[in-house]
Amino acid sequence: MNGRYGEFGGQYLPETLMNEIHALEAAYRHFSADPAFVAELDALLRDYAGRPSRLYHAKRMTADLGGPELWLKREDLNHTGSHKINNVLGQCLLAKRMGKTRVIAETGAGQHGVATATAAALLGLECEIFMGLEDTVRQSLNVYRMELLGAKVNAVTSGTQTLKDAVNDAMREWSGRVHDTLYVLGSVMGPHPFPLMVRDFQTTIGREIHAQLVEATGDPEVLPAAVVACVGGGSNAIGAFYEFIDHESVRLIGCEAAGRGIETERHAATIARGSVGVFHGMKSLFCQDGDGQIAPVYSISAGLDYPGIGPEHAWLHVTGRAEYVPVTDDEAVAAFEYLARTEGIICAIESAHAVAQVLKIADEFAPGQHVVINLSGRGDKDVAAIARYRGRTVDEWQ
Amino acid sequence: MSGNDIAKAFAGGKAFIAFITAGDPSLAASEGFIRDLIAGGADLIEIGIPFSDPIAEGPVIQAANVRAFAGGASVAGAFELARRVHAQTATPLVFLTYLNPVFHYGYEAFCARCAEVGVSGIIIPDLPFEEQGELKSIAAGHGVAVITLIAPTSADRIRAIAEAATGFIYVVSSMGVTGVRAEITTDLKTIITEIKKHTNTPVAIGFGIHSPEQAAELSRYADGVIVGSKIVSLIAEHGAAAGPVLREYAASMKSALD
Repeated sequence: MNGRYGEFGGQYLPETLMNEIHALEAAYRHFSADPAFVAELDALLRDYAGRPSRLYHAKRMTADLGGPELWLKREDLNHTGSHKINNVLGQCLLAKRMGKTRVIAETGAGQHGVATATAAALLGLECEIFMGLEDTVRQSLNVYRMELLGAKVNAVTSGTQTLKDAVNDAMREWSGRVHDTLYVLGSVMGPHPFPLMVRDFQTTIGREIHAQLVEATGDPEVLPAAVVACVGGGSNAIGAFYEFIDHESVRLIGCEAAGRGIETERHAATIARGSVGVFHGMKSLFCQDGDGQIAPVYSISAGLDYPGIGPEHAWLHVTGRAEYVPVTDDEAVAAFEYLARTEGIICAIESAHAVAQVLKIADEFAPGQHVVINLSGRGDKDVAAIARYRGRTVDEWQ
Repeated sequence: MSGNDIAKAFAGGKAFIAFITAGDPSLAASEGFIRDLIAGGADLIEIGIPFSDPIAEGPVIQAANVRAFAGGASVAGAFELARRVHAQTATPLVFLTYLNPVFHYGYEAFCARCAEVGVSGIIIPDLPFEEQGELKSIAAGHGVAVITLIAPTSADRIRAIAEAATGFIYVVSSMGVTGVRAEITTDLKTIITEIKKHTNTPVAIGFGIHSPEQAAELSRYADGVIVGSKIVSLIAEHGAAAGPVLREYAASMKSALD
């Protein structure tokens, strides 16, 4: 546990937080090896979050594309509607064990904020969420949902008023109040141990995919030809990939948000357009300008609207073990609509980036091969935005 | 143009260290404000290179960064500001910025340019002790000090940080981010006594300090005090006319330290 993935990772934090991050690292090391902690978390994941999530054989999509067998890992069916619950149950349980009484978190689309507010309500922790002002407008329903769950939502007005600024303000808040508060980071980013801890809490996704594919095919040796997931910070992707990293035949494909196109200024495609930097506690790849100022990024998906990527993904990219591809707003929206019509599933616009990539590359695979798409979340939150994108106004909240 | 320059700031008694954001609201204005602060008695100037995401700053200095960017601030501009100030005064200069602009510029090139323009040290709030090695050895080769911070939560880390310290030690008075505080509740006397057991490097206290009374009180333990947000807020309040106000403020702080 040295917190490095090649040159990436590390702990680049203000001195005020250093002893706290070391305490978190020690607590995580201790409790992740504690059978009572593991059993309590497993029980919550099963009885409360609804794990294991289903691996659904998307037969209509398979028939339509005429290539490989397509499978959907249904993280959208988890309690709170995304993979985020896997991580927050782990971190909030850890917060309790560390004697903390309060958790704070950043959120972009609101999925991580809702999940954190949910886990905090369940475990009796005070909860404050930091969310960019622009995102509170894009995702006002999730703001109210968090408030229903007893959380206080702080609209962040600094900087670009989106996800990165929410992280900034959550870090500022944490540096002022460590004695009773844990910062529950939502992705495999930030300073060590977050990238490792969040990955560990999400690897259940890939382990289940593997076991469920074996069960469904009756072939104990079966491996997917590819696992495809969307990448913002990259927690659902690393959760789906990790099980297969040592199985070199499995293509690992991360889909980042190309917004209006990577040739424009309006994207969040860190791997395609970013460069090495140090920000938000980690050395990784970031969208930045010639002075090392972090660039404003854009995506139709608030959850992928982040200028960096987790350090382990940066490492999987430079080593060539995983492929990262840009997917535009147009492609994601078309895939969102395609999946709804073809399989009757309205997925998150984030996850639709992965669906879009499979629509593009299905013919690279032979019939009989298995391609798994990680459907990281459900799309209820996105319906109004997609309608707007298509020029329709859905005013159900007014 | 070396770490030794910083020692000059502490040679004549307790040091008053003044922070200013480069380019707030313009580079020319910053140059004038620095002259005024020095004329009022500032012993060392901290020039803040604006960063898009200053996670250790409170709202006042965040706003200064926004104004500086609106005025076209850049890393090159901050170097040019330092060069001009250094040409006019012997008062030591240090930069305060975040790691990414330095990393992106390249540690070697950044430190070489610091030496060229007369910047004696760098303060980087998001570069903790454990991650300093590479930058510190490059900086030392150019006679530039990497100035480390010690916080109210540093506890068992104090010894290692103090023993390796160069330039001066920046003691963070309070938890949280920069900004004026009515009251400082940290037991700074104990922290500084512990630091002094392990080093002769001067110790200055920053975060929240604004009044001559606080400066007088804190200088009983520390070798200097650092003021940022108060100076930045005077600039925000008085704009182009801030010069005389800054000079008077610096004089009031310096006399409280004497």
